[in-house]
Amino acid sequence: MEETEMLEIKNLHAQLEEDPDVKILNGVNLTVEAGKVHAIMGPNGSGKSTLAYVLSGREGYEVTEGSVSLLGEDILEMEPEERAAAGMFLAFQYPVEIPGVGNMTFLRTAVNAQRKARGQEEMSSTEFLKAVRDKAKTLKIEPEMLKRPVNTGFSGGEKKRNEILQMAMLEPKMCILDETDSGLDVDAMKLVADGVNALRDANRGFLVITHYQRLLNHIVPDVVHIMSQGRIVKTGGAELALEVEENGYADILAEAK
Amino acid sequence: MALRREVLLKARQEAASARLDALTLPAGGGWITRAREDALTRLRAMGLPTRRDEYWKFTDPAALVAPATDSAELLGEDPDGTVFDTIDRLKIVFVDGEFDADASDDLAAEGLEITRLAEAARHDLHWARDAYGLLEAEGQAPVERPLAALNTAFATDGVLIRATGKVSRPVALHYLRKDGNADAMVHHCIKLEPGSEMTLLESGAAAARFSQVLEVDVGDGARFNHVRTQGRDHERVSNSNLFARVGEGGVLKSFTLSANGALTRNEAFITLNGRDGVAHIAGAALGDGAFHHDDTVFITHAAPACESRQVYKKVLRGGATGVFQGKILVKQPAQLTDGYQISQALLLGGDDSQFLAKPELEIYADDVKCSHGSTTGEIDPEQLFYLRSRGMPEEEASALLVLAFVAEAIEEIENPDLAEDVRTHLAGWLDRHRG
Repeated sequence: MEETEMLEIKNLHAQLEEDPDVKILNGVNLTVEAGKVHAIMGPNGSGKSTLAYVLSGREGYEVTEGSVSLLGEDILEMEPEERAAAGMFLAFQYPVEIPGVGNMTFLRTAVNAQRKARGQEEMSSTEFLKAVRDKAKTLKIEPEMLKRPVNTGFSGGEKKRNEILQMAMLEPKMCILDETDSGLDVDAMKLVADGVNALRDANRGFLVITHYQRLLNHIVPDVVHIMSQGRIVKTGGAELALEVEENGYADILAEAK
Repeated sequence: MALRREVLLKARQEAASARLDALTLPAGGGWITRAREDALTRLRAMGLPTRRDEYWKFTDPAALVAPATDSAELLGEDPDGTVFDTIDRLKIVFVDGEFDADASDDLAAEGLEITRLAEAARHDLHWARDAYGLLEAEGQAPVERPLAALNTAFATDGVLIRATGKVSRPVALHYLRKDGNADAMVHHCIKLEPGSEMTLLESGAAAARFSQVLEVDVGDGARFNHVRTQGRDHERVSNSNLFARVGEGGVLKSFTLSANGALTRNEAFITLNGRDGVAHIAGAALGDGAFHHDDTVFITHAAPACESRQVYKKVLRGGATGVFQGKILVKQPAQLTDGYQISQALLLGGDDSQFLAKPELEIYADDVKCSHGSTTGEIDPEQLFYLRSRGMPEEEASALLVLAFVAEAIEEIENPDLAEDVRTHLAGWLDRHRG
């Protein structure tokens, strides 16, 4: 069976808009197929989070070369909201607190904005409420947390679970998880991983960015990439993550040179 | 210094005499005429404010003081005219500052005694004759508020309300404007007997120039809720003065939403007179273009263990100006005071708008908790990106963040239905001022 290319990154170069001398991505090549989980590991400062931001359309970076397509459609010229409507989702490493906006209002506005952009009908209140409650329950998100302002005063674990709840509600095609395990204890990590695993399906791709291997015990990847100095320097199976765990990055990076 | 004060006073008195030449004391007779004459005496001694007054440093009072007012364009269908329409309320309508009996509901309500100010002289209202102009006169120190004395002397209409029970159905004052030149003064006086409760709503465009005084005496254990929206007409100039006294365990909560208006000065002078009293005053102001909005608040803690909050949020764009002057005065007996004050401005679409803030604390008690803060900022790009990354178009995301910015002020509205109504009203304004 032929595999559908969900996300295709070709020779992607990016630098800081404010300081063009800071070149962060130096030719990233990566293809994530539908139904597959790819992981990117790498030392601090290797460009992993920047890749996530560039893919989601955050300001502050200039793409100088290369292309990114989502289901065959070039997304680099799209606004962040257009990328979202096209199916891109970034689970933030540091989810932003928005005091004054209720979590429910936020979720509902986001869901309906995407539906509107895709020419679909808005979700009715009852339909929406039921969906949120069901999904929140599986993520062990208390109804009370839904009423609070977005991420405001949430613990680290609550913030990350809230990211997964958004992912579950928005049903994106391509999910990027940026250091979703950072700041989580084992139980919280397991909850988040279960949430992610529940969303794995043949029509969805995942890119899991992580510094440590431990998350990959729970979200088992199909492919593991090692990133260094803005490039993918090694690609392998799930066993590559174990190798990093045991020996660190030094050997792999030396070998790549 | 003495010479400067004399020069200033002379300028003020000249301004007053020019204004007074154009006015005559309303007919009335009896106690109300005496109260008006007293106010006139106060006014003559103070004169009317000029730009050189310290208290008017950020806001030019000329348009409020001038003998005559410019006409202000009459708006057709007011898209905000339906505020509070979904709320069950006792509606009292004023047209160009004059009570309109046909458009108003019957004034009889259980737990309330409501009388028209214009008819007050014909009634021997003991409580009103002791109250009309009293809190205004007391509120002339330590800072003079001459426009309020002018109002006490010349206001032709308004309502006198005495609350004797717990009344849940709000009294709604709706100000309609039909004359492009209307120059109206309205004065309301409210007395809440101990343990009573009432809610006062105000809405509408009112007049080309509108002056309003609201005196509220909150008795021991009484609760007064006040929610006001000031119309969206661009050319209106208005000044309002709230004078309130809160007794032991009494609660006063006042919220004002202002959208547009060439010049608006809302003053509040609140004194917490009895132990455990609470006064919360909040405002959200939205201005686009030629807009000047000034909130000037003075809260005095005169008794122990009282709580006060001042929460002001201003959304400014297109060269609009926001002003906040807020003071907390804690007198020596007011131990265990809990005072909070925040004033914040959100500047949209560049930096041609400005926010001028003067927060002040003056504390003579040693065991108090008082905090104040003032900020000016733009929409947080991190928050905006987060919302956009979830699929919200930039304008929709911005509008949501603006609503979030003013949320802390709206949260001061106790009644959730009223809060929701105000929020909807505000969202409508944002919708019309995008781009």
